[in-house]
Amino acid sequence: MANVTIRKPRPKYLSLTALLFEIRLPLPGWVSILHRISGLLLFLAVVWLLFMLDRSLASEADFEAIRRYVGLLPVKLSLLVLIWAFCHHFCAGIRFLLLDLDRGVDKATARFTSWITLAASLALTAWLGAKLW
Amino acid sequence: MVDRVVTGAHYGLRDWLAQRVTAAVMAVYTVIMLAVLIGAAPIGYAVWKDLFTQGWMRVATLLFAASLAWHAWVGMRDILMDYVKPTGARLTLQVGVLLVIAAYLAWTIQILWR
Repeated sequence: MANVTIRKPRPKYLSLTALLFEIRLPLPGWVSILHRISGLLLFLAVVWLLFMLDRSLASEADFEAIRRYVGLLPVKLSLLVLIWAFCHHFCAGIRFLLLDLDRGVDKATARFTSWITLAASLALTAWLGAKLW
Repeated sequence: MVDRVVTGAHYGLRDWLAQRVTAAVMAVYTVIMLAVLIGAAPIGYAVWKDLFTQGWMRVATLLFAASLAWHAWVGMRDILMDYVKPTGARLTLQVGVLLVIAAYLAWTIQILWR
């Protein structure tokens, strides 16, 4: 036969191993799933953030206690994760709004704006982290 | 006929649009707050407390919280619709999310106006 083609087994079913090891997400896919994960994270963290806002406004002593609390390493790292989640959700959200308006829908532009989103949210996180500490 | 389920999306544009409008409200608040906080730095208790007793700040923060409540509801509902298939479990979790959001809002109001 002249035209021998190797056929991949089809249909392909989604499984956990397929999701984790076989299917590689394109960059816009990563932006999308990280948008979802960061959103979930922020929703769950609201209770903690409200707790800190509540204490920080209660009295001067409570304010200083929260200031010391925020200085603890695990708290710092958790806050940094939340700052990243916020920045990513913010940047990716703006990208999705532009996509809704049919801006940057073609593949090359979509990949490029995905890079920008990921890089900008990391840069913003670094900047805000440096500002805070 | 579309099979309408009580834990579905209600097949409308309203929530989709609300998610985007509330996102814009929160984005504007974030940028303004960032500018205010950077302008006021370093922030001690007096500055912090004073900021949150201003009328505009209380109203703006409440608007942010209300936007967040609606935005988070749409987002969480989408997540539950994607990953939780049994209707009973989904309804339970959706009600749980709504209760948490209501509690968040009530607490925010309590913090802002005490």
